[in-house]
Amino acid sequence: MSTGSPTTLFDKVWQDHIVAAETPDTPAVLYVDLHLIHEVTTPQAFTVLRDSGLRVRRPDLTLGTLDHSTPTTPVASFTDLARAGDSAARQVRRMEENCSEFGIELFGFGSEHRGIVHVIGPELGATQPGKTIVCGDSHTSTHGAFGALAFGIGTTEVGHVLATQCLLQRRPKTLSVEIDGGLAKGVTAKDVILATIGQIGVDGGTGHVIEYRGAAVEAMSMDERMTVCNMSIEAGARAGMIAPDDTTFAYLEGRPRAPKGTAWDAALERWRALRSDPGAVFDRAVTVHGVRLSPMVTFGTNPGMVAAVDAVIPDGAGKPGFRKALEYMQLEPGQKLSDVSVDFVFIGSCTNSRLSDLQQAASVLRGRKIADGVTMLVVPGSQQVKKEAEAIGLDEIFRSSGAQWRESGCSMCLGMNGDTVPRGKLSVSTSNRNFEGRQGIGARTVLASPLTAAASALAGKIADPRRYL
Amino acid sequence: MQAIRQLKSRTVVLPINDIDTDQIIPARFLTTTSRDSLGKHLFHDWRYREDGSEKVDFVLNSPASLGCEILVAGRNFGCGSSREHAPWALLDFGIKAVISTEIADIFRSNSLKNGLLPVLVQSQVHERLLLHPGESVSIDLETTTLTLADGTSATFPIDAFARYCLMQGTDQLGFLQTRLNEIIRYEQQRPWTP
Repeated sequence: MSTGSPTTLFDKVWQDHIVAAETPDTPAVLYVDLHLIHEVTTPQAFTVLRDSGLRVRRPDLTLGTLDHSTPTTPVASFTDLARAGDSAARQVRRMEENCSEFGIELFGFGSEHRGIVHVIGPELGATQPGKTIVCGDSHTSTHGAFGALAFGIGTTEVGHVLATQCLLQRRPKTLSVEIDGGLAKGVTAKDVILATIGQIGVDGGTGHVIEYRGAAVEAMSMDERMTVCNMSIEAGARAGMIAPDDTTFAYLEGRPRAPKGTAWDAALERWRALRSDPGAVFDRAVTVHGVRLSPMVTFGTNPGMVAAVDAVIPDGAGKPGFRKALEYMQLEPGQKLSDVSVDFVFIGSCTNSRLSDLQQAASVLRGRKIADGVTMLVVPGSQQVKKEAEAIGLDEIFRSSGAQWRESGCSMCLGMNGDTVPRGKLSVSTSNRNFEGRQGIGARTVLASPLTAAASALAGKIADPRRYL
Repeated sequence: MQAIRQLKSRTVVLPINDIDTDQIIPARFLTTTSRDSLGKHLFHDWRYREDGSEKVDFVLNSPASLGCEILVAGRNFGCGSSREHAPWALLDFGIKAVISTEIADIFRSNSLKNGLLPVLVQSQVHERLLLHPGESVSIDLETTTLTLADGTSATFPIDAFARYCLMQGTDQLGFLQTRLNEIIRYEQQRPWTP
């Protein structure tokens, strides 16, 4: 692994997983340490396996969950499940059959570990530094927060991994994103990543793996680092990584799938070497000034159209697509963001549904009522997060403020399960995509942190959370 | 997968940047367990009104778009989710190539595995294509050349291995399976196990 010349964190993990080196004619064969699967992007891959008479080569390195098309109301029977739509129920059934037939562990209904795929991997301690992790989901970049190389793949590639535990890959380029300074009160990891995407653009990371570095990143908790890495794909990068450190190790120690005893000591020694060497060269480098950031919200139809919550909507005259996006959002240049009325608030998704996200939202809502006319959903990222939140009374805070407290799942992030925002309504959402129709046909999405989303629920308008802290 | 060597068709043009996979096929159509018949959902919310009738002003609904196999789109086409349903829907609709100045990584990777050609061009060629919807162009995978109606041509970059598989009509899984001995050796020799 050590070649003498300084190398990046990415290169260390990449090199460690090369089964066969790339040549001009053939891509590298890259070994996959953890394959996460869910109901939506796998059925067609299992069909290919079955039709070709293939087995799953390493079911022991494969973990399944149900998250995308599952209801967030309690599921007691198949009838409940069918409420999310017959095809969704069929898809969930198929996932259960596939996992059972091919010997894959599935965290299904009734499992206390079920949850959003990118929440449960870390929570179980299955996500670890130095691993290669893939999943048929673009937000697999989340796991890079642990110093893993983690990226989303398509269904054909899901089939490749199931059959061989490997992928064919060309080496991507590297991009260093340095986030310097400390963050002001009320400014969170979500604001940092939204500002970063605004700065480098929604295609600023295309072809690259990002490494997030700098004082602001080092000071972040694991939940916060996951929020940052999660949205790497929103800048076009397939993966985002953060060098593991004591924060990472403290998070992992004692988790069900983390190494134990002497294996833990050995892992720790290996993990401590996983950082970019001084002088390591990146293909590109940018700096984001963390200290200057305010809470951020999006105003357009991609995550790069972002502004400070206390600003006015900029005049993007001449920028292609700017007017079309504002027309869809029913907003005008020069309009104060804090004048924009809010109909829905969604706290959840693989970006912001972990315990600390819920705690932040609850800290704003405690003892207060959400505005009349606002519908608010709080959807924990996993059944485990739900249990922990209930143990400290967060569910009560949400309910008494007027919000709905749900079962875990992807829910209103992409509206596959029937949790949707009606046409024309505006939603302040802690999720990751404000694309047209993402949360429902004609729905208008404003991306924000849990603090900003909760403050907006109280105000009935997009609101600066610093007013409530 | 069908082998592709040459493609000649009129273009259909969507001059919009950052077209994401939620536009190509909205998430509510992903509860399928099959990869077939997704063309009817392609660009669904841009193509249809609430009552299910076609929006006449959307380019794919225009009679002139009928039979066009080449889509010219704005920069950063296919950004967003990893859903392979996006290239499946395009192919089922009859689109066989997408031309842009930039195509998102996962979408491009998914396209190459299904016989949908991602063709990257310089902005000068792109601008010309955007200005001439319906122009008849040809794509030659053997020479990696795009030729416009007026005879001007440009080469486009494509991974050598993906190109080989597309021209043979072979699935990349077969190649991976031939490396099985190396995979086993890697597993046996690696210093740590996941």
